[in-house]
Amino acid sequence: MTIAAKFEIEYLQYLDAEGKQVRDDLPEFAKDLDHMVELYKLMLSTRVFDAKSIALQRTGKLGTYASCLGHEAAHVGIGSAMKPEDVLAVSYREYGAQLYRGVRPREVYMYWGGDERGNDYQQEPARHDFAWSVPIATQCLHAAGSALAFKIRGEKRVAVCTIGDGGSSKGDFYGAINIAGAQNLPLVAVIVNNQWAISVPRKIQSGAPTLAQKGIAAGLFCIQVDGNDIIAVRKAMEDALERARSGKGGSVIEAVTYRLGDHTTADDARRYRGEAEVKEGWSKEPMKRLRNWLVAKKVWDDAREEAWKAECDEWMDNEVNAYLETKTQPVTAMFDYIFAEVPADLAKQRDYVLSLENKAH
Amino acid sequence: MAQITLIEAVTQALAYEMKHDDSVVVLGEDVGLNGGVFRATQGLQEKFGELRVLDTPLDETTIAGVTVGLAVQGMKPVAEAQFEGFIYPMMEQIACHAARMRNRTRGRLTVPAVFRAPWGGGIRAPEHHSEANEHLFTNIPGLRVVMPSSPARAYGLLLAAIRDPDPVMFFEPKRIYRQYKEEVPDDGEALPLDVCFVLRDGTDVTLVTWGAQVKETLEAADALAEQGISAEVIDVATLTPLDFDTIAESVAKTGRCVIVHEAPKTAGFGAEIAARLAEECIYDLLAPVERVTGFDTHIPLFRLEMKYLPSVERVVDAAKRTMAAS
Repeated sequence: MTIAAKFEIEYLQYLDAEGKQVRDDLPEFAKDLDHMVELYKLMLSTRVFDAKSIALQRTGKLGTYASCLGHEAAHVGIGSAMKPEDVLAVSYREYGAQLYRGVRPREVYMYWGGDERGNDYQQEPARHDFAWSVPIATQCLHAAGSALAFKIRGEKRVAVCTIGDGGSSKGDFYGAINIAGAQNLPLVAVIVNNQWAISVPRKIQSGAPTLAQKGIAAGLFCIQVDGNDIIAVRKAMEDALERARSGKGGSVIEAVTYRLGDHTTADDARRYRGEAEVKEGWSKEPMKRLRNWLVAKKVWDDAREEAWKAECDEWMDNEVNAYLETKTQPVTAMFDYIFAEVPADLAKQRDYVLSLENKAH
Repeated sequence: MAQITLIEAVTQALAYEMKHDDSVVVLGEDVGLNGGVFRATQGLQEKFGELRVLDTPLDETTIAGVTVGLAVQGMKPVAEAQFEGFIYPMMEQIACHAARMRNRTRGRLTVPAVFRAPWGGGIRAPEHHSEANEHLFTNIPGLRVVMPSSPARAYGLLLAAIRDPDPVMFFEPKRIYRQYKEEVPDDGEALPLDVCFVLRDGTDVTLVTWGAQVKETLEAADALAEQGISAEVIDVATLTPLDFDTIAESVAKTGRCVIVHEAPKTAGFGAEIAARLAEECIYDLLAPVERVTGFDTHIPLFRLEMKYLPSVERVVDAAKRTMAAS
C-alpha cells in the first residue's frame, strides 16, 4: 500500500477536571503565577458578568441574551493570547475574550438591550475588532479577509475567528480555512465546541471524530485542546499566533468545552438534553480546576475569591447603571449610518420621521 | 485617443485606480492571468501582482466574505462575481455584512467595496449565465446599485464606485460589453453616483431604462421620432439611492412614461419607479405608466431568450399606447 499523505490530531491538556497537572512541561506564561491569577480573575469576572446579564434579562431590562457559562477558559484563553494589533472576529458569546480586549460590559448590555451603539466598542484594541456576528460562521471570512489585508500590506498581524461546533458545518468556515491554506494567510480559527448548536448535538454536525481535523483538508495546522483548561487553550493559541505571525500559516484549534446554560435566554435546554449530561458538564467546568491549581500553589484562597467577586459585583453594577442610564438614540439614528452621507432620497424619509417625532412632543 | 468598448473601459478604470491607490485590490475567479472570462481584468495581474489581482478559490461566498474583511481593514476591494447568476451565494455576506456594517457599528467599521458582476442576457450563454436580478439588491438598505450603459459611463461610474466609502453593486450589461467603441479619456474623472443621465431630450413621452436596454430604448426613440413622437430617454444608471427628481421633472414635461427593464416584471425595479410616479406625479400623467420588461418567467435558454428581452418593437408599442391614451 502506498500512503499519499498521513495525518494525526494532537490533543492537549495540562489540567484535568480537578486541577491536577497532567504534564510537567508547563508553558512559560503558566509559570508566571501572577499572570495565571489575572487570567483566573478575568474568568471569574466573566462568570459574574454573565450571571448579571441573565438577571437583567429575567427582570425585563435586556432582550434575548446568549450566555457564555462554561466557556470562560476557552474565551479568556483566546483573548489573552492575542496581541493588541491582532483582530478578533467573534460570533456572539465570546465575552471572556472581548472583555480582555477592552469591550465593556455596558456595550454588551447595549447590544442585547436593543441599541446599535453596543457594537461601537470604544476602547482599543477592541475598537478595531469586528462586532458580534449573528449569521453563523460569516465572521470566519471577515477574519480571512483581514488576514489577506495584513499579508498584502506586509503587517505582522493575525486575524482570529471563533466559531461553534455548529458553525463549523457552514460553508463560510470551510471557505475561510480553505483560502487561508491556499494563500498562507495569518488566520487562526478556533472552534469552540460546546457540544450543542441550540438543540442539535455535536454528533449530528459531523461524522468526523474531531472538528479540528477539518483544518487538515485546508492544509492548516490542527490541534484539539481541552477547552476547559485555560493553559491548554492559551498554549495552543500562542503557538498558532506565532506560526501565523511568522508567515508559517494558519491553524484550526478545536477547544472542547460544554455549554452549561441554555443557547440563549429564549431557549430551554431541558427540552432536548438530560440532567445527567449537564451534571457531567458541570463536573468538568473550567473555573474549579484552575482555582484548585492556584490554591495548591498558594496564590489563591477563599478570601481572595470573595474579595474579587465583590469587586466584580461593583464593576458590573456600575456597568449596568451606565447601560440603564443611556438615553435611547434619536429616531433619526436609523437613517444616519446607512451611508457615509444621507442620500437626498433617504433624507426625505428621515425628515418625515422627524416631523412625526416633533408632532408627538 | 483610442476608442474603447464598455469592457475595455472597465479595465481602464480598474487600472487607473489601482495605479493611483495602493489599497485597491481585485479578487475573484479567473481574474488573474486569464484576465477574467470576459477579459475585464486583462493585464492587471502582470501590472500589479498576484496579491492585488487575486485568483480566489472557486467559492463565491469566500469572495464576498473576504471582500468584507479586506474592506473593513481599509482596503478597497473590487470583487468579481463571474456571472450575476452566480451571485446568490454572496448574498448573505452582502446583505448581512457589507450593506449593514456601517449602520450596525454606528460608523465604527465600514465596507468601501465594489461587487462587480457581468449582468443580463442576450449573449447565447448557458443556463444561469443570463440573469438580471438588480431588484434583489435595490431592496437592501446600505447598497448602491449601479449599472453603466456606455463605455464612458462604465469608466466614470466604476471610478466613483471604487472611491465611494460604502458598498456598491456594479452590474455590467455584458450584452453591450463590445457593442460599440467611443473615446474615453483615461483622466481619472469619476461620474456622480447620485444622478440619472438624460441621454436624449424629448417632449411627448419619457422612456426610463438602465443597462443593456438603453440600446433598444434609444433605437425605439429613433423609431418614434420617425413617427413624429418625441421621446426623452433617461438612463437611471444608479438605481439606489434613486435620483427620482430627474425622472419626475421629465414626466412633468412629457406627461407619459414607459419604464424598460430586462428583469421580471413583478416587483422589478420598474415597479418602484411606477409607484413613485403614482405617489408623486399622478397629476402630471396624461396616460397610465407602461412597463416593458422581462416576463415573470425564468429567462429562457438562448433559443428563446430574445423573445424574453424587451425589444424595440415592444418599447415603441408601449410608447404609442401612452400617446393614444390622451
